Parts: sequence; structure tokens; C-alpha cells
Amino acid sequence: MKYIDEYRDERIAHGLAAEIRQLVTRPCVLMEICGGQTHTIMRYGLDEFLPKEVELVHGPGCPVCVTPLETIDKAIELAACPDVTLVSYGDMLRVPGSSSDLFRAKANGSDVRVVYSPLEALKIARSNPNRKIVFLAIGFETTAPANAMTVWQAHREGLTNFFMLASHVLVPPAIRLLLRSPDNRVQGFIAPGHVCTVMGCQQYEELVSEFHVPIVVGGFEPVDLLEAILMLVRQLEQGQARLENQYVRSVTRLGNVPAQEMLEKVFEIADQKWRGIGTIPFSGLRLRGEFAAHDAEKIFGMAEIHTEEPAECISAQVLKGLKKPTDCPAFAARCTPENPLGAPMVSAEGACAAYYRYRRHKVLV
Amino acid sequence: MCLAIPGKVLEITQSNGLRTGRVNFGGIVSQACLDYVPEVQTGDYVIVHVGFAISKVDREEAERTYQALESMGLLEGELPPPTADAAEKPS
Repeated sequence: MKYIDEYRDERIAHGLAAEIRQLVTRPCVLMEICGGQTHTIMRYGLDEFLPKEVELVHGPGCPVCVTPLETIDKAIELAACPDVTLVSYGDMLRVPGSSSDLFRAKANGSDVRVVYSPLEALKIARSNPNRKIVFLAIGFETTAPANAMTVWQAHREGLTNFFMLASHVLVPPAIRLLLRSPDNRVQGFIAPGHVCTVMGCQQYEELVSEFHVPIVVGGFEPVDLLEAILMLVRQLEQGQARLENQYVRSVTRLGNVPAQEMLEKVFEIADQKWRGIGTIPFSGLRLRGEFAAHDAEKIFGMAEIHTEEPAECISAQVLKGLKKPTDCPAFAARCTPENPLGAPMVSAEGACAAYYRYRRHKVLV
Repeated sequence: MCLAIPGKVLEITQSNGLRTGRVNFGGIVSQACLDYVPEVQTGDYVIVHVGFAISKVDREEAERTYQALESMGLLEGELPPPTADAAEKPS
């Protein structure tokens, strides 16, 4: 109870939790996809507030965490070129590559800059015409339209010194992979609210009917998540599998059509490697041929890099919901946000970082 | 970087051919691209992700969400540092 006290809609939260307790008669495993939702669950201790029958596992929805090791290594390699300025979001700087990270590259003299929006990378390109500006663009469907517009704008302005090193990932193919996996335990999904704000929730109807699995689109506040969990538990108890939308104040069936149109113009669907998971068919976006002049992989002729994750890191199983961060022997010992073994310990949205922030004392005592 | 933050559109201009808004996020004013929300007008509230508005929301929802993000300490790193731009006080 002490966790939920901090939330001002305490009565609503208690009411929802009581309703879940009343409804549930058997164990169920539910997965929230989005790292932002994982953060809320940990921050408010929602998992401990639920009846023991309801187990929450955390999905692969942290774009920083699933960006392939190869992409980080390529970014570090490009940043080392004397005429290149490497630009990315702040979260990416401390993500470990095979042997270094962008933060260390910067400390060693590479020109690495942090931006809050990809449009700032364009500004840097405009004001530094003699330098090659490489934007390390990562993200799910929420972020991809911003990155798409940036390439579109660079193309329109004829900015010949702007390039994108991209790692875009799509949610529905990842859910499909998890559901097809023989060791899958997940019986219901909370779909990510902001991804669905852009893409609409219609994309998830197909998954519901293909796998007969309940999916509820959820928001990011404690009450949103408790309500989404209640909706999933109700469906499971009634033997139903439907798509429901809890986050109606932001998500529509069709989503943001202008953003989807821009995605379609700039990107095409491609196979994509996910860190810790491997290649998932049709789960990424690559620049269309007409934007090849802005494609860093093509322009800089980057060779394929073979990489291996540290053997000790169990992030692959964490990202698939098979293990909790606290199951890892390295958790909060050899792996901390200051010295991470794997990406989920780096990003604010990573499951390991969320457990470290809110649960490590329980593990250590 | 995955968060989407609500703010109020103070002014709409064109910047390098993009429809751009000056948006107030709890006192910090920053620019956001409004091309994906063509229906938005000055005074409306939008949800902004990495400098792009992705949806329009009502004022009550915007304020509630902003407070929730702030209380969870999630805003750090999501917004640029305050600029010299005079911020409108949150209403």
C-alpha cells in the first residue's frame, strides 16, 4: 500500500486492484511492452500491489536496449573519422558496444553531440557544411516519424552532409515472435500507448485473431496500467481474446495518418536485428532507395561487423520476459547503471535500470 | 527518449518549410514540429515526442500527464535546457 499512497488517485487505484483480486481465479502472465510502462510499474510497486496470481513480465519495448551492438560499434567507428560529427539522443552515449561506448569516444576526442530532437541534427548540418553529420537514429514507431521527417527535410533542402545511421524497430513483429516461441509464457499483452497513438490500434487486431491472445492498449500512469491489467484479467477469466483500448484519450483505431504517410514515403519494411533477441523478419525500417544519399551505411561503405554479447549478461531472456533482472547474478554487483554489462541497465526505460532504481535494496539486504 | 510530453502551443510559425510551434512544457519553452497535427491551433495542447507533436490532447489531460511525469522524475533528459525565451507561466 505504501507505494500507491504517492498517487493522488489512490481510491481509484485501490478500487481497480480490489476488482482484479475479485475476478482472478488462476495464475496469469501479462507483459507490458513499453519501457515507460515498466518504469511506472516499478516506481509505484504495482506488481506488488496485485494479487499473487497476476505476474507481470517486461517486454522488449526499450529502443535503446534493442539497438544492435553492431550499430553502436559502427557509430563509434564513424565518430572516429576526423570529418564526422556523430549526433544522437543522450541515452545512447553510455550504451556499451563491443569494446567501448560513445561517451568514451567523445572523451577520446571524437566529435559526439547530444540532441533532444532529430531536427537539431539538421541545424548542426546546416551550420557546419564542411563536416559530415551522422545522426544515430533509433526508435520504435513513436520515434520513426520524427526521424523520417528529418531525412525528408534534409532531402528537400539538399543538405548533402546529413546522414542517418538507423536502427528502427516495430512492435507487432516482436509480439508475433514472442508468441511463436516454444518457451512463451505470456497470456496477455499491454500494447504501448504512444506507438499506438502513431500507428493506431488496428494493427493489433490481426495478432489477437491469429494467436487468440488478449491485447489491451494502455497508458503510462498507475491507474492506466491497473485498468489495462483489469481488462486483460477479465478477458482471460472469461476465455475471451479481444483488442481493447484503455488509452482512448490518445489512441484511435487509425492513429496519426500524416505520420504514417511520412513513414511510408521515407522508409520501407526490412528484417531487423534486435540486441539480445536476434533478427526478426520484417521488424525494422530502412531508408528507401531515393534517400540513399543520406544513408550512412551506404555512403560510408561500412563492413559487416561480427559481435558477441558478454556471456554473463542475461538481457536476452529479460527482453523476452523469460527472466527478471533480479534473476541475474551480475545484477547490482558487476552490472550497474555506471558500469553496465548490457543495454537494459543503461536506458531509463530499460527493465534492469528500473529494477536497479527501485528494487536493488530488496535484493541486497 | 521514448517519452511523450504534453505542452501548450503558444505560437505557430514556419521554420525551413515546417509548421513549427513554440510550446510551453510546464514553464520551459521549446520548439516542436506541428506537421503531424495539422488541426492544432495556437492555445491547443499537444503531446510532443523528440520535438514532434504526435497528438492533440485536452488541457486537463495535458496538465495531469505533465505532473505525473514530473513526479516520476522522468522529464530529465527529455527537454532541452531552458532558453532565454520568455516562458509563459503555466496556466
